[in-house]
Amino acid sequence: MSNTILKINNLKVNYGGIEAVKGISFEVKEGEIVTLIGANGAGKSSTLRTIIGREKPSSGTIEFAGENIAGMDTTSIVKKGITLVPEGRKIFPDLTVEENLKIGAYMRKDNLSQDFERVYSLFPRLKERYWQAGGTLSGGEQQMLAVGRALMSKPKLIMMDEPSLGLAPIIVRGIFEIIEAVNKEGITVLLNEQNANMALKAADKAYVMETGRITMEGTGKELLENEQIKEAYLGKSKK
Amino acid sequence: MEFFISQVLSGISLGGQYALIAIGYTMVYGILRLINFAHGDVFMVAGLFMIYLSSSLPVFVSVPLVIILTVALGFIIERAAYKPLRSAPRMSVMISAIGVSYLLQNLALYATGGQPKTYTTIPFISKTIKILGAPTRIVTVITPVLVIVLIVILTLLINHTKIGIAMRAVAKDFETSQLMGVKINSVISITFIIGSFLAAVGSLLYFTNYPTVVPLSGAMPGLKAFVAAVFGGIGSVPGAVIGAFIIGICETLIKGTDFSVFSDAFTVALLIVILGVKPTGMCGEKVTEKV
Ligand SMILES: Nc1ncnc2c1ncn2[C@@H]1O[C@H](COP(=O)(O)OP(=O)(O)O)[C@@H](O)[C@H]1O
Ligand SMILES: [Mg+2]
Repeated sequence: MSNTILKINNLKVNYGGIEAVKGISFEVKEGEIVTLIGANGAGKSSTLRTIIGREKPSSGTIEFAGENIAGMDTTSIVKKGITLVPEGRKIFPDLTVEENLKIGAYMRKDNLSQDFERVYSLFPRLKERYWQAGGTLSGGEQQMLAVGRALMSKPKLIMMDEPSLGLAPIIVRGIFEIIEAVNKEGITVLLNEQNANMALKAADKAYVMETGRITMEGTGKELLENEQIKEAYLGKSKK
Repeated sequence: MEFFISQVLSGISLGGQYALIAIGYTMVYGILRLINFAHGDVFMVAGLFMIYLSSSLPVFVSVPLVIILTVALGFIIERAAYKPLRSAPRMSVMISAIGVSYLLQNLALYATGGQPKTYTTIPFISKTIKILGAPTRIVTVITPVLVIVLIVILTLLINHTKIGIAMRAVAKDFETSQLMGVKINSVISITFIIGSFLAAVGSLLYFTNYPTVVPLSGAMPGLKAFVAAVFGGIGSVPGAVIGAFIIGICETLIKGTDFSVFSDAFTVALLIVILGVKPTGMCGEKVTEKV
């Protein structure tokens, strides 16, 4: 049995008066791919941003490797081994591919050559373009760069916020191959997706979020076959 | 001919001094989108630091102390007047900068009692030598060399070090930089430290050519350097340096003609023309709103 690496307990997140996350609990086991699916505005991004310390929770705990990290600053959380690939990729357009990767390793003081090798062997495309400005890459390449940049921090847990957003279907398939390849490297993945079909196929465990609450959970396979999910998220009507 | 040579030399030298101030404007703008109105006054205060310190200490002790104190001043201004307004509208930070500018001028007025203070004669660089027959002070020759050395170091720092990459990343995107673990406040502080350091060096060179320092001594060179930064494309370091040399040389050459009274007006006219014709300057980036 694998260990729980991340355990969220009754997490609430407020923006001013608006409660975006209304007390959710879930856990992620080491080595798994876990997905949060749900419509726009459900609170998925808020959840990930709170885990990485960009938002402060109004209550609840976030246990990472046994330690409560709720309310810590992002720098400390990144050091502990969590990274977030943000929604919209957000690569640095003026920095070269190589510099984008370097800044991903900003918190580290040790030698990076092995990590460059790992990223470049996962994404040979990036190696060909290491001197190019990030902004000149295609959408799919930028997503590779965003994932590569996240890997440079040597994370134990990589979180991705809607990596398939705005990309052509053929590229989306590539993104999910990337996610599985990263996971095979032994890195735990927590994935936000609106593309429920792809996400559930890839996921070991899935949670459904609706207006700030988790309304359903199960293995990826269970949810793929669930009638309600089929109707609401997979665009298939009941037979 | 000798007159012309000596004019060109002083123009280059003045341009170099403006460049050292202009870099502070352009780097702070690049990272905070803030025109740091207090920068010229920090430059003036560096002049006063030199006067007061050298009155009781030898020059070789005063010079490094001036630099250290000016750097500390720049750092403290950022922490006290700009950092608390990090998420406030840009206009508030701008007003805070204007406030700091007046504060420094009035503190200087208080300290000097409104009397012009005679600037220290720094031995060696104040000596006069002959270049191609034209009498020139050593500071005029040293300035461009020193400026070029400092700019090369700064460029290496920005382009090839970890902190340089972080500075460029923060200048583009606070939020994502923070996701990488970058502490943006440290990066911003370093930017102010570099800007104040260069202003302190600039002040030592600049005031050596002037008899006194008064509370408004920072205003004109500050304005010239600011125009240089805008001319070069605010946010761009090479742009600011080129702009500063052009303004320094033009200004000095105009001073040597019958139109010498217009030498300051020239800079202001240049500002108006750039803002009308090409507000992004020579090397400026496209104006993109930072979110
Ligand atoms: N910075 C913010 N300020 C105010 N409200 C926000 C902010 N970010 C998100 N929200 C609100 O919180 C809710 C959840 O948003 P979000 O976490 O982005 O959902 P999702 O990622 O599932 O689309 C939405 O109603 C959204 O409008
Ligand atoms: Mg979202």
